[in-house]
Amino acid sequence: MLSVFWAVLRRDLLLAFRQRGVLVHHLLFFVLVVALFPLGTGASPSILVTVSPALIWMSVLLAALLSLQRLFKPDYEDGTLEQYVLSPEPLAVIALAKVLAYWLASGLIFVLASPLLVLLLGVPVGAVPVIMASLLLGTPTLGLVGAIGTALTLSLPRAGLLLSLLIFPLYVPVLIFGAGAMRAAIEGLPAAGALYLLAALLMLGISTAPFAIAAALKISME
Amino acid sequence: MVETHYASTQFTIYLQRNGVGVLAKSAFMLWLHRFGSLPYFYRVSRPIALALAVPGVLLAAYGVYGGLVNAPVDYQQGDAFRILYIHVPSAWLSLFGYTSMAIAGAVALVWRLKLAEIFVVAAAPVGASFTFLALVTGSIWGKPMWGTWWVWDARLTSELILLFLYLGVIALHNAIESPRSAARACALLSVVGVINVPIIHFSVEWWNTLHQGPTVTRFGRPAMEMAMLWPLLCAALGFTLMFGWLTLWNMRVQLLRRERRSRWVKKVFSDA
Repeated sequence: MLSVFWAVLRRDLLLAFRQRGVLVHHLLFFVLVVALFPLGTGASPSILVTVSPALIWMSVLLAALLSLQRLFKPDYEDGTLEQYVLSPEPLAVIALAKVLAYWLASGLIFVLASPLLVLLLGVPVGAVPVIMASLLLGTPTLGLVGAIGTALTLSLPRAGLLLSLLIFPLYVPVLIFGAGAMRAAIEGLPAAGALYLLAALLMLGISTAPFAIAAALKISME
Repeated sequence: MVETHYASTQFTIYLQRNGVGVLAKSAFMLWLHRFGSLPYFYRVSRPIALALAVPGVLLAAYGVYGGLVNAPVDYQQGDAFRILYIHVPSAWLSLFGYTSMAIAGAVALVWRLKLAEIFVVAAAPVGASFTFLALVTGSIWGKPMWGTWWVWDARLTSELILLFLYLGVIALHNAIESPRSAARACALLSVVGVINVPIIHFSVEWWNTLHQGPTVTRFGRPAMEMAMLWPLLCAALGFTLMFGWLTLWNMRVQLLRRERRSRWVKKVFSDA
């Protein structure tokens, strides 16, 4: 079971790194959204700092929505996914490995790029560790929950807008606690509570979402 | 240790040989399988739906009339509180509807009961309508009481997200062509959603308390007088029966659409 996990993880990471351009696209999307925002609000630092939690988390949510559409699609199109479903190995383990690989190739970039971007928005340096921690704990949950929606809409040719309707309501807790931790850190308040709750959501996601993803994949392959 | 393990293994073998078989032959399972047969359901559901509709409409009408006309005026809110007689039953049904969809969804996923799948699909628009009604009446009520149409209050926000969850189920059902997999996908989505409903509610509550203090002071909640409470209970029960009626009726429509190529549906229409 563990060997399947590692094999799928290794394969997906290898595929991701063979297409380095896509990895850069994630980063560019994140940078662009954050960079264009001040052009809309005006460059007043007080406004930018106030909206920065919402801005960072909304751009992460949108990036997740855009990138999640490709999570199972290539495997679905070339028949690999069918083999996964048919194989005697537990599909939930394979799904978890795929989500982890997806997160390492996209979510982690946001975590690493976030210090630069929040400093660009004028957020105090002292808040950066909490912001990185909140993204580190929150983005995998986005991947896990979003993968359920992607798996359900797998057979549809264009699922983008539908996918947003399916998964954005489920993203509400992560958005609240992630942006809440960030806002608390900016205001110099303790953010540990929100981070613990993000960690709790992540644990809940890791322990339950793979089964839902597996069930959704089976429904879509029927 | 070894003995208990042996005993439990023996028990499992016994269950496998006898227990499950006995269970399957029990009257309940027989009834369930019979009720699960689609032509039988189609025949039986019509009188059941009517039996729900008549008392449902009467009770709701009595409750709403009693609330709008007979109930005494509230000492704080005047006549404006009367919208409660539509608002509270709708809000109750928005939660009841989603929960029942999720239970039916779990049944559909585990036992592959076709009727449970159809229930999920059929209840979604009905539940969404009640959620919408709860939001609209709440907003109309909020204007004279709070001075604004919308407040980012925890309850309002989670009710709005509940509406999005309903709309997601409906949209997913419309998007997937094959009726069987569309219904199963909706079943799974409603189960996933119902796990999230309490999390969303508590997180929104936490967000609201962190974000801003209570700028809008809620009116105190006096214990309701019987003359006020009685119509509300009638309206709630009536609305619930109407929910059952509308859902059952929608199930019949979905059933016909889904089984339109089967012989029994053709027979229904050739006889009619």
